[in-house]
Amino acid sequence: MSAVDTRAPRKSRFGWNILGLLVFVIAGFPLYWMLDTAFKPAKDAIDPNPSLLPTGITLDNFRRALDIADFWGPVGRSLIVSVAVVLIGIVVGTLAALAISRFAFRGRKIVIVGILAVQMVPLVAMIIPVFLLLNDLHQYDKLTGLILTYLTFILPFTVWTLRGFIVNIPKELEEAAMVDGCSRTGAFLRVVFPLLAPGMVATSVYGFIQAWNEYLYALMLLSQEHQTATVWLGNFTTKHGTEYAPMMAGATMMAVPIVVLFLLVQRKMAAGLTAGAVKG
Amino acid sequence: MSAADTTTPAKVPPPRQAPPPAAPHASRRPRTANGAAVPWLLLAPCLLVLVAVMGYPLVRLVTLSFQTFGQPQLWGFKPAEWAGFDNFKTVLSDSEFWSVVVRTIVFAVGCVVFTMVVGMAIALLLQKVSGWVKTLINIVLIASWGMPVIVATTVFKWLFDSDYGVFNALLSRLPGVDMIGHNWFASGPEGLAVIMLLVVWGAVPFVVITLSAGLTQVPKELEEAARLDGAGAWGVFRYVTLPILKPIVVMLTTLSVIWDMGVFPQVFVMRGGHPEPEFQLLNTYSYDRAFVVNDYAQGSAIALITVLLLLGVVAVYMRQMLKIGEVE
Repeated sequence: MSAVDTRAPRKSRFGWNILGLLVFVIAGFPLYWMLDTAFKPAKDAIDPNPSLLPTGITLDNFRRALDIADFWGPVGRSLIVSVAVVLIGIVVGTLAALAISRFAFRGRKIVIVGILAVQMVPLVAMIIPVFLLLNDLHQYDKLTGLILTYLTFILPFTVWTLRGFIVNIPKELEEAAMVDGCSRTGAFLRVVFPLLAPGMVATSVYGFIQAWNEYLYALMLLSQEHQTATVWLGNFTTKHGTEYAPMMAGATMMAVPIVVLFLLVQRKMAAGLTAGAVKG
Repeated sequence: MSAADTTTPAKVPPPRQAPPPAAPHASRRPRTANGAAVPWLLLAPCLLVLVAVMGYPLVRLVTLSFQTFGQPQLWGFKPAEWAGFDNFKTVLSDSEFWSVVVRTIVFAVGCVVFTMVVGMAIALLLQKVSGWVKTLINIVLIASWGMPVIVATTVFKWLFDSDYGVFNALLSRLPGVDMIGHNWFASGPEGLAVIMLLVVWGAVPFVVITLSAGLTQVPKELEEAARLDGAGAWGVFRYVTLPILKPIVVMLTTLSVIWDMGVFPQVFVMRGGHPEPEFQLLNTYSYDRAFVVNDYAQGSAIALITVLLLLGVVAVYMRQMLKIGEVE
């Protein structure tokens, strides 16, 4: 019985596995090629018939990338902006998420629709008035101005995701604590908050990544000398045309920390995103 | 089964809607001020930020598109003047605008269709492969999902470089093909196809991972029953799996439309900050009008038209999200 059961799928699985490996190779190739180019000697990178396997490992490209233009300045600015956005976003967002998930009040539905709708407004459409607004407020080319604008897309996302985490925490736990003499605030701090903390961490990391990756606002709202990391990489090409190997080294330096962070929180975020999407 | 129910009528929410207003009613008199104020106090900072940095510019976007606003107005030498529908008239009677609209729609539809089909295929494939293959694919998908868009764009630029790009080199290894030196960005359609590939590559992981999560919730017994009743693989997918996944598919499709209509950095960076006319999509075109031609009013009018074009899709998405939100 069992022999038959296991053999049949294994046989048919072989074909699927081959197909799966093909998907793996194709989907992973751009990543592989970025790393391969970043670490191979620069002269091997400009070979019209390149070797698909690594040809040797060198850090020269990274040195060159750091030499070409100031790298740590943009990275520092990106860090300041992203961390500030996330800190403000998580505090303000948690309060708002609590309001729409734990309170029944008039206008709740409108607030929810509003927060969802705001997420849908394309950032690009907003760039002209935002640029003019910051110009009027003398916040053009200031990190504070950029932080404020980033909140418009980090906040709705944070509120909506945290709401998802909060509704999964049973209300009864809070009620039990309140019956035992906790105030509403006390119940939140002692019962909900510890359960919510992992979700808050995941949301923060995800928000951080989004802020870090933003390109258009950073390009438009900061001058060249105050550029952030994404703009640094985007400009890499215009100034030094074909130096692809250092460019891939720069790309690697920007991508690896972000990808690692992403790998750490992705599972938690995906669970939050799809929870309740299918179950009736 | 229960999942399919949620997709059918919009009638499910109303009964759930009823209780919330009822609750305050009971205790209304004693503590209205206190009880009702708490959620609004909690919401206040969030709403304040959104209104200031989102609401105001949104209003400004609308007013700008009805004004004359160029360089002199930006520097404050001249006040902005009301121009009525002039900007819209100029934009809508411009044949270049219409070719940009058509190009944007073709591009976005192509991206969405490819993303959804490839995403669904990979999600279904993941159910068939052995555990270790599944792990390998998942790692690659999540890593490429996490890649910053700008990084992905520069990497694709390198892959498709005319002289040293690995893609041309690989193609040239096929017998009878010589693609070395072929410039993919010499023509709009070819260049946009490369950009489409980049967008799809970046969007597929999210679709696969969300669909995979959905697929695990499809009851095996239902598929079994359909198979016993004589349904083939396609029949099972079409009449059992797909209807159950429908809420997720609707959500993913609408999201993809919104995202793919909003493609900007990919085109912008790929073309070195100055997309040629045959590469312009609505967003880059609006940007171009505003910041290159310095006609902020016309740029705003184009942006506003883009937003209006998207409204229908957004409405579908919101309905789906609200349904999901109402589930608990």
